[in-house]
This record gives sequence, C-alpha cells and structure tokens, in this order.
Amino acid sequence: MSDIIIRAEGLSKKYHIGKKRERYKTLRDTLVDAFVSPFRKGIKILRGQVTSAAELDEIIWALEDISFEIKQGEVVGIIGRNGAGKSTLLKILSRITEPTKGFAEIHGRIGSLLEVGTGFHPELTGRENIYLNGAILGMSRREINRKFDEILAFAEVEKFVDTPVKHYSSGMYLRLAFAVAAHLEPEILLVDEVLTVGDSRFQKKCLNKMQDVGQEGRTVLFVSHSMPSITRLCGRTILLDEGRLLQDGPSYQVVAKYLNSGFGTMVAREWPDSAKAPGGKIARLCAVRVKTEQGQITDMVDIRKPVSIEMEYEVLKSGYLLLPYHHFLNEEGVHIFHAHCSDPEWQRRPRLKGRYMSTVWIPGNLLSEGTVFVSSGITTLDPTIKQFHEHDVVAFQVVDSLDGQSSRGDWAGPMGGVVRPLFKWTTQFTPDEQKAAQNIQLSRQRSE
Amino acid sequence: MKRSIPNNIQLIRIEPSKGWVSFKLKELLKYRELLYFLIWRDIKVRYKQTVIGALWAIIQPFFTMVIFSLFFGRLAKIPSDGIPYPIFSYAALVPWTFFANGFSQASNSLVDSANLIRKVYFPRLAIPVSTVLSGIIDFVLAFIMLTVMMIYYGMRPTTNILWLPFLLLLALISSLGVSLWLSTMNVQFRDVRYVIPFLTQLWLFATPIAYPSSLLSEPWRTLYGVNPMVGVVEGFRWALLGTETAPGPIIIVSSLAAILLLVGGVIYFCRMERTFADVV
Repeated sequence: MSDIIIRAEGLSKKYHIGKKRERYKTLRDTLVDAFVSPFRKGIKILRGQVTSAAELDEIIWALEDISFEIKQGEVVGIIGRNGAGKSTLLKILSRITEPTKGFAEIHGRIGSLLEVGTGFHPELTGRENIYLNGAILGMSRREINRKFDEILAFAEVEKFVDTPVKHYSSGMYLRLAFAVAAHLEPEILLVDEVLTVGDSRFQKKCLNKMQDVGQEGRTVLFVSHSMPSITRLCGRTILLDEGRLLQDGPSYQVVAKYLNSGFGTMVAREWPDSAKAPGGKIARLCAVRVKTEQGQITDMVDIRKPVSIEMEYEVLKSGYLLLPYHHFLNEEGVHIFHAHCSDPEWQRRPRLKGRYMSTVWIPGNLLSEGTVFVSSGITTLDPTIKQFHEHDVVAFQVVDSLDGQSSRGDWAGPMGGVVRPLFKWTTQFTPDEQKAAQNIQLSRQRSE
Repeated sequence: MKRSIPNNIQLIRIEPSKGWVSFKLKELLKYRELLYFLIWRDIKVRYKQTVIGALWAIIQPFFTMVIFSLFFGRLAKIPSDGIPYPIFSYAALVPWTFFANGFSQASNSLVDSANLIRKVYFPRLAIPVSTVLSGIIDFVLAFIMLTVMMIYYGMRPTTNILWLPFLLLLALISSLGVSLWLSTMNVQFRDVRYVIPFLTQLWLFATPIAYPSSLLSEPWRTLYGVNPMVGVVEGFRWALLGTETAPGPIIIVSSLAAILLLVGGVIYFCRMERTFADVV
C-alpha cells in the first residue's frame, strides 16, 4: 500500500451566485423568477450586454482544478486570501459539500475542526455534550468512554461537568468544544483557524496538541491566516488564490511567495476592478500603500523614521459615520496595536459619497525590528456594520541599523520586545577622587 | 515516528454523485450510535424548562379529546360505532398525535440543524429520522393514559391487540414519509414552515378521528385508506376497543400508501441531500 493518504484530482466547485444571494427562496420567488428571467435574459442578449453563456448563469468557481497528493504524516498548511477557496477545499474533503468536478481519494477517517462547538446543545450538561458531540464527530461510545477523563482534564472544566453548558462562560464552552474535537483520533485532521479560541495560554495548549498530532504520524491539513503558525507547524504549504492552486512546496518558500510576490508587491495593493474589491454596501476598499516621509512606496523602514499607511476607499452611500482602521501584527501574530481613525475633522461627521484617502502616521522609534503585517478595515458607527476587513493587506520590514542611534544603542545582538521606543536616558556621575575628597571633608566636620 | 496505514482502513472517494439517487441507508446503519444520541438528545431536551414536563404528552391529546367529546359527541351527536365517544376519539388521537407531532417537528429539523449540516459530515437522514423516533416516548405516555381510560370504561382488549405494534409501525412509516418530503422541501422553500399548521389541521379532519369511517359506504371506505392514517386510526380502534368491522382492506390500502410515501420521501431526500450544505 502506498503511503499517499489524500489524493485530489481536478477538484472543482461551482457556485451559482444568484442562488447564493437569495438564500431563503420562497416558492413565489421561484415561480416569478421562472417566468420573468427568460425575458430578462433575452433582453440582455438583444442589447448585446452578454456575450457568453457563462455570463448568463452568473456562476463562480470557488475551486478550479485543484490537484495534490498528501502523504501519511504530513502537516500541510493551506494559505490564501479571503475567498481563495481554502474553506471550500476543507468542506469538500470533509464531505460536507460535493465537488462539481474531479475527485478526491482519502484513506481513513477524517476529523474536522472546522468550527468547534457545533452540535453542542445549551440545555445539556457538559458530560452529555461530550457524548453527543463525540458521536456527531464520528466517535463511538466506547471511544468516548475511554477518553472522557482526558477530554475533561484538557478542557479544564471538571468541576462543571454536570452543569448545562448554557451556564458556561464562553471560554469554558470553547475549551470543551476544542477538547472533544482534539481527542477524536482520526487519521486525517482538518483544522480551520480554531487556534484563535480562548486565551493565549489555551491557544498554546492547542498548538502543542496539534504538534503532537503531527508527530504521532497523523496527517493534518491546517488553514490559517497566521503565517508564523504555518511556518512553525507545517513543513509543506499550499497556496490558493481565486480557487486555483498557485504554489505547493516547502512552507518557508510558499509563505515567502505569498507575502512578497505573486500579488504585486505587498507594500502597495490596489483593486482597480471594483467588482473584486473588498467592501460592503457603504464603503469599498481601493488601495492600501506603505509610504515613507518623502511619499515613496517602501518595503523597508528605518526604525527611527516615521512610516505612513495610506488607505484609499470609496464611499458608496452618503450620510454614514465611518471608522477606517488598521491592525498592526508582528511575525508571531501578536497584535502590536490597533489604529482607529481619529482625524478630528472627520470624527462624528457623516461622509458624502466619493473617494477618500486616510493616512495614518506611525512615528519613528516605536515599532520593533522585523516584519509588520497590516490588516485594514472600515466599519460604520451607529449602527456598526463591518464594510470589510482584509487580513495582511500590506507588510513592511522595520530595520534597526547598528549606528547606535536607536533604542538598541550599541548592542548588536538580538533584542526582544513587541515595540522598541527610544527612551530618554540620563546618567549621574560622581568621580572617585571627588568622592574621596568629600569623605575626608565629612569626617572632619564630624570630628569638629 | 511513522505509522503505516493499516489495511483495514476504508478508502473514501469523494466525487460528484452520479446517477439519480445514492442510497445512504447502509451509512445510516453505520452511524446508528449517532442516531441513538440524537434521539436521546431530543428526548432529554424536549421538556426542559417546562413546569409540567412530560405531562404535556398526555395533556395534548387529552384536551383535544375533551373538546371533541363536547362539540362533536355531545352537541353534534356524531356516531361513534357504539363506543363511548371520549374513548372513541382518544384511541384515535393517540396515534394521530404521534404522527402529527412527528412530522411537524421533523419538518423543521433540517433547517434547525443548519449549523451542523454546514460544518460536519454525517448522514443527514439521521436528523429527521431521530426527530420522528423520539416522539415514541410521548406516544408511550399518551398510551398509558389510554389504558387508564380503557379500565375506567371497562373495555377488555381482545387478542387483536397483538396487531398494535404493526399499526404503530404504520404510523411511524407514514410520519417519516411525510417528514422526509417536508423537511427536504423546507431546506429550499421556507414556505413549508407556514404550510404545516394548515396541513396538520386539514389532515386531522381528513382522518376519521372525530367521526367513524363507517359513515362512508364501500368501496369509498376502502379507498379512504389512501390516507395512511385512516388505516392506523381504524386499526387502533379495532385492536383496542373492538369495533365490529375488521378494517382489513383499509389497512392494506393504507400500508401501500405509507410505503409509497416513505420510498418517495427517501428518494427525494437522498437526491437533494448533496445540496443541503450549500442551500440551507
């Protein structure tokens, strides 16, 4: 038997956008649609607005012709922007939805952590939910019996095992859910960003658990936006973009490609095609750029110099209060800080339709050395409606030169810390001879 | 540390389903523990946070019986095959409540489990099936009340009572058949949710619960069995209360109708199943 555990060939998944938009169809809609749409299509064709049959159908390919092979025991990362097809791929592999074309062959049981806690019933106790959830995930009762104590200990909810989970705190709830899923011992584990659950201590525990799973020789497919977790956990990474497999290889190479090339430069991203731009009904993203004081686009920033992040966006509806913001993350995925637009001119001032450019200046001597990832978004205020939030839109390198003018001083070795502000240092000095003289004086005074 | 793939591991092939319908009954059997847990959950949760709890299972048919006895028995003087009207209608209401509650709850079951369907794979058939099956506990409770009433009215069951499990199975098949149709349609057309109350009401009066089927003359009476609940209800009365005419032909017609309903339902369900995760 070969040791290939997953083989996908030409996997494709088609969605009808029209269908997706009107998810809650009523019978009337269908009837009206059946009657009206042929005319509408006819008119479109007569006017020459539509040229191909595909355009008539309004379909998108969430996945197109994806082929790969995964060997027993490999831990494979899957990365790509929002809408690249990562989740669709996992959904197909976990048999939640069928591919439109192509096939995949899987040897063994698949466990998925697509969303932990689905299938929990709030009225049931922790104990009952462990059994129920275990059964839903495909564990047998004997298996659950065997692992029951382990699950409870991992989730750290022993005391509340007979309390209905509706009384749990959200942290306890998530921990229990993850614990059940993590103890399912499948040959293949699919993970979709669940590691963002709970506090950082529990996150670490989850990451370790995943590492264990990988080391035990089981196969893991791991979807994440966190490049550091990907490079740490996965030896191999698959990069998807717009439903296509762009690259498949060693993680460090693929991650580097994802961050640096293939999408234009990461220091400036633009969406010339407004149909593909991220955005909601009120605001749409046009571009994000990293610039120096001199207004040049740059990917290297001197730690002492300020750097600006420019966000260009279009307001599609007048009269809303908008809050543009950026999240700054370091290589380890730690949020360094969030910057919300606090431009006094536009605070509490409804915006008119049109194009805007908001620029935030990050002062010099604040960021630490290394890569900084910027996630950008806009939300409306009152009511709060998220317009878009793009992960890792741009990234830049902060360089700390060794000329001794930054917070590192003349130290050339590695420095820790999430930020590296330049502090004011003062020193008081008392020379030795002077001190001796003073001592003599003092002793004289005493003797007198 | 590398483990080789054990040979006993089955190969799962994921591809667009071909053919008209793919039967997943074997798979449902494989997941029978899940089925068990889902039924167990439904039963556990059913009367949580209610004051009188499982008594509802008795109260529902009992009060309908009281109302029927008052209006149809006393005022309208509807004949009841020579049996006291209250027990005449209650004996019919017990299987009816099982049937009607079963399909009205199961019809929403897929939509209510949308989260699960979108996130985890398991045979979807388990959802409506478990909902209908969990109604058996209510049936048992209502049935206990029926025996109490039989003792009160001094009814002595005959050996016909041995047919009861079969009649219950017939009710189960009918309920399941309707559930599969409605729950599948509900995934795509939420109109079903609003149709169910009317449908239940209509079906209630289209079934000889408040009146005997002997009001009809042959061959219409036998043809009446096309509504599978006619066979169930008349069968229950015959088996427990000893109504004179054995409803043999009716039951045969009803059984055929129920099986047709179920087979059609399963085919429709399995055909649509693959789209559930995308549509629900």
